[in-house]
Amino acid sequence: MSITAPTEPTRAVDVVRKARRAPRRHHAYVVAVLAALLFGAFVARVLLGDYIITVPDFFRILGGAEIPGATFLLMSEKLPRAILGVLVGVAFGIAGAVFQSTLRNPLASPDIVGVSLGASASAVFAIVVLDLEGLALSVAAILGALAIAVAVRLVAGSDGSYRLVLVGVTAAAAMTAVVHYLFTRANEFDALLVLRWLTGALNGVTWPTIWILLGFLVVLIPALAWISRSAQALQLGPDVATGLGVSRRRTDLLLLLAVLLTALGVAAAGPVAFVAFVAGPISRALNGGRTTLVGAALVGAIVMVAGDYIADYAVPGVSFPVGVVTGAFGAPFLLWLLTRARR
Amino acid sequence: MRLAAESVSLGYGADPVVDQVSLEIPDGLTTVIVGANGCGKSTLLRGMARLLKPISGQVVLDGKAVHKQPTKTVAKTLGLMPQSPIAPEGITVVDLVGRGRQPHRGALQRWSAEDDAAVAEALELTDTLGLADRVVDELSGGQRQRVWVAMALAQQTDLLLLDEPTTFLDVAHQIDLLDLLHGLRETRGTTVVMVLHDLNLAARYADHLIAMSGGKIAATGRPADVVTAARVEEVFGLEAQIIHDPVSGTPLVVPIGRHHRPSAHPHAQGA
Repeated sequence: MSITAPTEPTRAVDVVRKARRAPRRHHAYVVAVLAALLFGAFVARVLLGDYIITVPDFFRILGGAEIPGATFLLMSEKLPRAILGVLVGVAFGIAGAVFQSTLRNPLASPDIVGVSLGASASAVFAIVVLDLEGLALSVAAILGALAIAVAVRLVAGSDGSYRLVLVGVTAAAAMTAVVHYLFTRANEFDALLVLRWLTGALNGVTWPTIWILLGFLVVLIPALAWISRSAQALQLGPDVATGLGVSRRRTDLLLLLAVLLTALGVAAAGPVAFVAFVAGPISRALNGGRTTLVGAALVGAIVMVAGDYIADYAVPGVSFPVGVVTGAFGAPFLLWLLTRARR
Repeated sequence: MRLAAESVSLGYGADPVVDQVSLEIPDGLTTVIVGANGCGKSTLLRGMARLLKPISGQVVLDGKAVHKQPTKTVAKTLGLMPQSPIAPEGITVVDLVGRGRQPHRGALQRWSAEDDAAVAEALELTDTLGLADRVVDELSGGQRQRVWVAMALAQQTDLLLLDEPTTFLDVAHQIDLLDLLHGLRETRGTTVVMVLHDLNLAARYADHLIAMSGGKIAATGRPADVVTAARVEEVFGLEAQIIHDPVSGTPLVVPIGRHHRPSAHPHAQGA
């Protein structure tokens, strides 16, 4: 082939092919490492802890065997918690990466700009005032997240993510106030539930919650991946994107799907602090600065599952909600990112 | 004539920045828009590139209002390089240039050999093939500007609109870039429309010059006809002598400035 074709253009194309391959190979490597880490964290969360479940026992229990103590612990505590951690982490990680990359600002993640807390406040309202639960609660969280997202967008205007972050942080503070207020109005039983909507936690999860979340994710994530592929141009800024034939409305559609993902995650596990916020930057740092949804999803899941494991066992005898650990880990990270951005 | 404006008014608030402008962009030639700061030249270009919706009138591309055509269809005909675009962090040169292929791909279509070839050609034309695997953030200003032009070239459009492509470039890189764009006209027959700050470079590289003043067109035509001492005074408020560029034969604007006016003797002024 190289004999008949003129050599010069063939060589240029080869240079292009080779240059295109390098970052993709690196990304595949990063994804493989992250997947292995997630697997490790998942196995630790399911099998280790105060009560260790052996691998043969694990498979026996999955196969339906009744092992006194172990079966209950695995099937109603450890396994659902680990699975929910993965699902919520994936949802938050993707939502964060979509927000940060389309708004081109690492601070503009849904947990910083009030979307998570909007979902939270709405869910608390649904519990305390409307007495809702299950799927209805998810719907309430979604409506709350959408309302806050739309409100922030309207107040901030479409230009500049800087204003959006400012307005969003204010909205987040207001939503925290709403949750606190409702908290004082709740009866004792609801108050325990409401606590989860302030920090986020994976304990006490039930299988139906997992199925509902999984059902939504199976539809939403492929849709989002498909839209974000054609909306890659948006990362080049609105002018270049328009020049490439990608309308600004794509941004809104993409953000809308990310808001839904956030709301679903919050409906299942509460506003677990900083997971959406850190997933994007960490995966970017590993991947040579490039944002990918797969990378962010994996980092989000690792942070959730590992964070929950630490929260449960780091201090003997005390079990924290996962949000306490991610908050403690995320806050210094936020400060570091801010100081770095000033340079 | 594929691109034209029909009494188009453009602006960001209530007051139009561009006021009922009509013009035609000649095919296969280089058109340069010049004017003082705030005369509406960039706004006009943004309007023609459908980045701004007209307040009234319309921009016509191939016989139809550009705003009424699907934006992806327009992107196959009309390429755009806005003023100082910013590349996403960590993106490599090939991947950035590859984004220019976006309008040619369906939503489910994968990257093809045709895309590879288009990117390779764009890199060769802009002399950036050697940078293919580099990260855009790490390039110099001149290299980066070339890479953005390469992205617009990979889009393979018949028309190319550029908003001050030479800003932030030193004089050698300015000439390099303008030579490159001029070469496109020769090799591909691309219609180039650009806004330039530098009147002398505009006069040298334009086939067709549009001078704007106060949101309206002050003059259009060949640089030799448009660039006159009277017009430079009118459009830029600058007193100047126009001489022949000894290299290109195009008009060369030599500003007079306050201190060189024959009437103003420095000693007399001091009193």
